[in-house]
Amino acid sequence: MWIYDKKLQYPAWVEGGDLRIAKLLFAQYGGPDSELSAGIRYLTQRTTMPIPQAKAILTDIGTEEMAHWEIIGTLIYKIIEKATPKQLEEAGIGPHYIQHGKDLYPHDAAGVPWTAAYIQAIGDPITNLHENMAAEQKARTTYEHLIQSTNDRGVIETLSFLREREVVHFQRFGETLRLVQEYLDRKMYY
Amino acid sequence: MKISKDRLELLKEIMALDFSLIELNLYLDTHPDDEKALMVFKQYSCKSKELKEKYENQYAPLIAANGANRDWRWIEDPWPWEIDYEMGGK
Repeated sequence: MWIYDKKLQYPAWVEGGDLRIAKLLFAQYGGPDSELSAGIRYLTQRTTMPIPQAKAILTDIGTEEMAHWEIIGTLIYKIIEKATPKQLEEAGIGPHYIQHGKDLYPHDAAGVPWTAAYIQAIGDPITNLHENMAAEQKARTTYEHLIQSTNDRGVIETLSFLREREVVHFQRFGETLRLVQEYLDRKMYY
Repeated sequence: MKISKDRLELLKEIMALDFSLIELNLYLDTHPDDEKALMVFKQYSCKSKELKEKYENQYAPLIAANGANRDWRWIEDPWPWEIDYEMGGK
């Protein structure tokens, strides 16, 4: 089960002048390497992990990803909240506004809706953990592209926090991979 | 949405503490025998509990289960995405 904690993991803030970055932020809201993909991927894979450390790390990182999804949503909401339809149109958010208003529909930066085809759960913990390490690197790179694409200090600061989390998660998945490998090796020899 | 300076400061302190707890939580998942990390986790956990109690008594519940004090304040604005955090973590 899950319980909603009525606070963000990071105090996401925006200066607010850069409407264009709101459109690009959808990459991390509903894109292939988005926080949504990460959360659903890990929470799907955790069920069959062979050791307690792996079940825990996938549960806890998967849960943290949902909090990051909330932070990305907060950034977009704060940027577009006061914009007029005309301003949204000029910033390239016209098609989103026509179809979703100011709701945060999970699609990528180009408007392609989120799909479970972005993630895998292949029934092999070693393979799954490798996918997760790659996913953290892809998300880190996406954050770097986003940070390079705006001058908004609040957006940069918030995305820098999220980028750091990808690095930490990569580290923890690497340790988990080693632990699972050791476990499987032991099983093979004794 | 603006909240009072005192409330914002307390909320940010709780957010920072709980973030540290998540970071330690993940570390402990793969290093369950690290006693020093576990000790720090316990300290932060106590401090977080204390500050949350203060915040929830003074302002509003952070989880619905703690919402039964007087009135049902769980539904009150602002929700997390609406709060003006000013300079974020600064």
